[in-house]
Amino acid sequence: MFRRLVSSPLTVFGFLVVFILVITALFAPLIATHSPTEVNIVNKLQPPSQEHIFGTDEVGRDIFSRIVHGTRISLKIGFLVVILSFPVGTILGAIAGYFGGIVDQFIMRTTDIFLSFPGIILAMSIAAALGPSIENVLLALVIVWWPWYTRIVRSSVLAIKNAEFIESARALGANPFRILFKEILPNSIAPASIQASLDFGFVILAAAGLSFIGLGAQPPSPEWGAMLSSSREILREAWWAATFPGLAILFTVLGFNLLGDGLRDILDPKQR
Amino acid sequence: MTLLEIKNLKQHFPISKGFLSEKKYVKAVDGVSFTLNKGETLGIVGESGCGKSSLGRSILRLAEPTSGEIKFKGQDILKFNRKQMKNIRKDMQIVFQDPYASLNPRSTIRSILEAPLKIHGIGNREERMKLIESLVEKIGIRKDQLDNYPHEFSGGQRQRIGIARALTLNPDLIIADEPVSALDVSVQSQVLNLFVELQKEFNLSYIFISHDLSVVQHISDRVAVMYLGKIVELAHVDQLYQNPLHPYTKSLLSALPIPDPSQKRERIILEGDLPSPINPPTGCAFHTRCPVATSDCRTETPALREKQFGHWAACIYV
Amino acid sequence: MGAIRFIVKRLILMLPILLGITILTFFISNTIPGDPARLILGPKATPEGIERLREEMGLNDPIYVQYGKYMYGLVQGDFGKSTYSQQAVSEDLKRYFPATFELTLFSMFLTVLIGIPFGIISANKKDKIPDQITRFMALTGVAMPAFWLGIILLLFFYLKIGILPGGGRIDSWVSPPEAITGMYTIDSLLTGNWEALKSSLIHLILPGFTQAAVTIGMITRMTRSSMLEVLRSDYIRTAYAKGGSENRVLYGHALQNGMMPILTLMGMTFGHALGGSVLVESVFSWPGLGRYAVNAINYLDFPAVMGVTILIAVLFITVNLIIDILYHVIDPRLKYE
Ligand SMILES: Nc1ncnc2c1ncn2[C@@H]1O[C@H](COP(=O)(O)OP(=O)(O)OP(=O)(O)O)[C@@H](O)[C@H]1O
Ligand SMILES: [Mg+2]
Repeated sequence: MFRRLVSSPLTVFGFLVVFILVITALFAPLIATHSPTEVNIVNKLQPPSQEHIFGTDEVGRDIFSRIVHGTRISLKIGFLVVILSFPVGTILGAIAGYFGGIVDQFIMRTTDIFLSFPGIILAMSIAAALGPSIENVLLALVIVWWPWYTRIVRSSVLAIKNAEFIESARALGANPFRILFKEILPNSIAPASIQASLDFGFVILAAAGLSFIGLGAQPPSPEWGAMLSSSREILREAWWAATFPGLAILFTVLGFNLLGDGLRDILDPKQR
Repeated sequence: MTLLEIKNLKQHFPISKGFLSEKKYVKAVDGVSFTLNKGETLGIVGESGCGKSSLGRSILRLAEPTSGEIKFKGQDILKFNRKQMKNIRKDMQIVFQDPYASLNPRSTIRSILEAPLKIHGIGNREERMKLIESLVEKIGIRKDQLDNYPHEFSGGQRQRIGIARALTLNPDLIIADEPVSALDVSVQSQVLNLFVELQKEFNLSYIFISHDLSVVQHISDRVAVMYLGKIVELAHVDQLYQNPLHPYTKSLLSALPIPDPSQKRERIILEGDLPSPINPPTGCAFHTRCPVATSDCRTETPALREKQFGHWAACIYV
Repeated sequence: MGAIRFIVKRLILMLPILLGITILTFFISNTIPGDPARLILGPKATPEGIERLREEMGLNDPIYVQYGKYMYGLVQGDFGKSTYSQQAVSEDLKRYFPATFELTLFSMFLTVLIGIPFGIISANKKDKIPDQITRFMALTGVAMPAFWLGIILLLFFYLKIGILPGGGRIDSWVSPPEAITGMYTIDSLLTGNWEALKSSLIHLILPGFTQAAVTIGMITRMTRSSMLEVLRSDYIRTAYAKGGSENRVLYGHALQNGMMPILTLMGMTFGHALGGSVLVESVFSWPGLGRYAVNAINYLDFPAVMGVTILIAVLFITVNLIIDILYHVIDPRLKYE
């Protein structure tokens, strides 16, 4: 498996990006050259230089250090949203697929409703209702994300629920819980997990977007989307203030996508 | 001694076609009755789709039968509640056709074989391991292979593991649904012999489902022939193979190679396709393909009657 | 006959979804923390005043009565009053919708025009250099934060070299065309107003491409995988064997067959484009629903946010319905189930 992973340069690239991101997030205070929040008006709007490799913003904060600290926020959101919505979606999908009937109808019609909104719009209105904060964006994204896993898991459960080894467990007198968690889920979770690995990037992107329109992290938080949002005021004077946070988002999402794609090719060669 | 008595068992699967059109049913099992004695093997043969698997599954209540009676050890298990049912499952087990699909690919053989014991809370870990180890020895799998995964075994070995799993709870009845069809011919006879040996050792009763007439002949005491959800003939194995009464059985047997080539048998080739079990033909369901059918067969539904001693058939002309 | 029955049936099936959308949005509106009456009256309100307003607003009614009233308003197109603009939200939606629709249509047009050919090329040259490049570009597109791309494009094309406008729908010195559809490009075409057409097209370029960057990536990837499937089929091999030219086989036979999945996925893409408008419009000061929603968020104008949400959801499922119907029209093999 490792050899196949390495044989694709794009996957390796994705892996490296994600690796660097995780290291950056873990050791942010050591990697950052300056404080992410300390205002230093004298130093404002400095272009990239030795001292400030990504330049400084409108109040003289070091953009590189802010991006480094922002990695923590973004990865945390990506991680938490996936880790919270995945089990919810998975369990509901497994229940819907396995029990069928009215339970299935209820769960699937509910996902239909959630999926009839473009995700970012639904997240936006939930976050707006809850009030602007990063925690509320997190909650909103969880609410928007789970139905995808439900759908994927349900269809993989449907594909194996009549497999003979499941029948055999029933013939042995296993209760539905045991069948669901010991027999069905371990065998139907792979496609959803691949999706989840891709979703890290998309969650980070969505969270940045919501922060960009003022819903998520509030200034002076070094969240990438919020940084981009305030960079618009100084676009004319400081191209760097807009460029680098955006590149950070792009590389992060790309990294997770490449890694996820690579995983899919390895685990599920048919999908190619 | 009677172990199992089936009376007029029906298994109709609803097929939904839109919410306004009328409900239709696949009559997979349509009024089947028979008895099975302790230590006996009943073979069930028939073309693909005639309802053999459905019959097996409904006896075990893996699919809830539409109607009928299943008396196991004198009790009607269709009236059992969940707890009673779980308890009785120890005594009736199933072995499936596809050795590749019947074992959880993500469990080791050890945990596959331990699961039944765990489910029923039998023994402690140590006792369970002892039991499993003695069991795998009997079926010809080495102890040191217990921690391997199913994909590390051959088809024949997997089928043996499937059999071992069915045996862990020490059942009285095993329903074997085409247990050798997926195996190579050379492996088939080994597994069949295993079935025979185990039967002697544990005094097992088998319902042995197959579409392979020679396999059924080899292992069965009595044989039932199914056509479109119904038993059309049921007799002792020698009676049935030497003196088939029903035209359908005759046509099936005519395709078998004859051991003694001096004897000639005419090959009866059935015309037309198997009718759909959704709209089975009226009267005798076989009349559309029967070489000796008359207009009466279209209207009169033949009952399964004892035509000779211990030899039952459902045809108005025998 | 079958087609009409199918359409009617799909329309009926849409009703529970619509109902679900209203329940969900009602539920969201009711989770606003704090008392809307207090919010409206401000910090100096007396308890009696708040109570009176609560009564007036129906906030003391049981929840199902509140939902009933909410629905009663919705079916009449009443989305409540914007707390910021003090206008009926429905009026605002009417005003801003055409701008969003125009931008979305334009970006979808670019998506199809660019994404599908690239997907085909990529599939046809699988694993060769053009495929590698296209795949990487598509992946980058999918990963692209559109709001950032918009800023960078503005930085370059507007601030740096100044050949494209920095926002808005039309130059301030050009008067907008007479409103027919509300979409400037189409209206100016219909009225033969070439100056307005030119100006509004130029204004569409940057936001259109920004919006399309992501969806082009998506469509390219889908087209590629769906074409790969088709190209592998015997049917295509036969077409080649019979001596069909490469282009003819590719764009004729293969595309026709690969079109089905692409079409369904275009519905999803459309939703994405609609959702993306919220971000892109606020970068380009595009006076559409997205920018309206973002403004509303900043002024805590909740009825306005809900109005946009509902409208976009309804639009999204309508487009998917149309695609579903098209799907069945194009592919006669599918029976109207
Ligand atoms: N769960 C189900 N729902 C609907 N129809 C079913 C179901 N299970 C079986 N059937 C139908 O019932 C009929 C009998 O199927 P069954 O599997 O019992 O046949 P079989 O004799 O075992 O065939 P084979 O030799 O192919 O295994 C078939 O027409 C089948 O399509
Ligand atoms: Mg079968």
